[in-house]
Amino acid sequence: MRLQNFLEMRVFYSHILSGILGAAQPGIRMKKEKAARTTMKVININLSYNSHFVTEVEEESGQKLNLCYQCGKCTAGCPYTDEYDISVSQIMRLTQAGQKDKVLNANSLWLCATCESCTARCPNQIDVARIMDVLRHMARRQGYTGIRTVKTFWDSFLNSVKSNGRVFEVGLLAHYISQTGRFWTDIGLGPKVLPKGKIHFMPTEMQGKKEVTKIFKRFKEECAK
Amino acid sequence: MKKSLNYAYYPGCSSTGTSIEYDMSSRAICAALDITLNDVPDWSCCGSTPAHTVDHSLSSALSARNLDQVASMGLDSCVTPCPSCLANLKTAKQRMKDGDFRDKVNNLLEKPADTGADTQSVLQILVEDYGVENIQKKVVKPLTGLVVAAYYGCIINRPAELMQFDDHEHPMAMDTLMEALGATVIPFPLKVECCGASFGIPRKDVVMRLSGKLLSTAEEIGAMALVTACPLCQMNLDMRQAQINKANEANHNIPIFYFTQLVGLALGLSEKELGIDKLCVTPQPILDSIGREENLKEKAA
Repeated sequence: MRLQNFLEMRVFYSHILSGILGAAQPGIRMKKEKAARTTMKVININLSYNSHFVTEVEEESGQKLNLCYQCGKCTAGCPYTDEYDISVSQIMRLTQAGQKDKVLNANSLWLCATCESCTARCPNQIDVARIMDVLRHMARRQGYTGIRTVKTFWDSFLNSVKSNGRVFEVGLLAHYISQTGRFWTDIGLGPKVLPKGKIHFMPTEMQGKKEVTKIFKRFKEECAK
Repeated sequence: MKKSLNYAYYPGCSSTGTSIEYDMSSRAICAALDITLNDVPDWSCCGSTPAHTVDHSLSSALSARNLDQVASMGLDSCVTPCPSCLANLKTAKQRMKDGDFRDKVNNLLEKPADTGADTQSVLQILVEDYGVENIQKKVVKPLTGLVVAAYYGCIINRPAELMQFDDHEHPMAMDTLMEALGATVIPFPLKVECCGASFGIPRKDVVMRLSGKLLSTAEEIGAMALVTACPLCQMNLDMRQAQINKANEANHNIPIFYFTQLVGLALGLSEKELGIDKLCVTPQPILDSIGREENLKEKAA
């Protein structure tokens, strides 16, 4: 019971903290700040605790979640923390607390570049980047949408590998544009890069590309099981 | 110097396109240093970041197919210029030591893969197997007067337990190498900070911010150029430099070299075979300044 109270307090604390942080930035956050001070969102995390989620993350990542004691070093060094909706240390805490839906809905999962800063600096040798990877595997499998452009880019990349055995950059970009409608993406680079002879309009040929296609096919079959 | 300088060579996909000059210059300097690179005959993509964000067995299967080819070449050592390929090939070998995971990966492949080969970066074989002092002996055109900062990026040294090379917070391999070539190296405080990686297309704003910070810091500390070891870092900083200028209302004009290109120049190789003309931000003015300080000293004497 004490632990549950503690977990609730952590969530309260993060809300108070976000109110304070909001106040530090003038202008657009003023309204938010006022709201945060007058109404505090209360979450009963006992209702949303999912023990199966905790076990699953631990098994798939090979990491012990309870080793994290919230020192915040991962967040301090994370180059993407300004872009994240939930910081990496908070993701760790929410995962410990079995808050599956909140974690798998986080945009942060799709903005982690696996730069390994968190893993390199964790004082308890937790492979945090691997946990982030495992969380997005789960998010994907369970149909959480994530950030569409990022997911589409990764899918376009793998689609190119599946068809050609190697990444064919022009094909990748064409696939990405066709899926997102973002025609203007990088079109300005054309005049700069084309004369350099770096861009090819045909994929490089390799003998075993069917073998690579089969890897993807078997993977899809495994996922369907 | 290591006795046998004979390696399987895994170029990686970007070597056929956006980082063609990294491939050209890696091959050229290895040839000049009598390091034998044997192309992995039918290499395929390692899966890079997108594969490991989808599933670890898929990622390792894509990498293991290549390690298996290295083994069938009768070689136990593979070298690649690209840190992302390096990380994936090493991760596959490491994780496949676990029996259950190995079975899962082999299940996706034509036949069980022999993943015994070790993988190193081109930087690592130059520094550890060949030796900086031995490279220095071969320098015919010292890079005197060239003031550079070395930018390593995120993953060539990290995670340390896996990469087993240099220091993961404060790497020095390229700094030492550039000094040995005669260049002046300024310590770069952001040498392992991320450039924005593969978000250039789906979230360009992120790359503009992160790479922009790298460029302005390089400028502030007085570097004439940045030296890189990663195709993605180089592409973000060089090819996207004009975009960064536009987005950040900046006016950067910093050439971004692959370290292999500068090694090649110091060894007396031609700009053409090192793909210097493939760089987007033209390095010509600063290349013309190489040796100028020395010339001045000679004149003064």
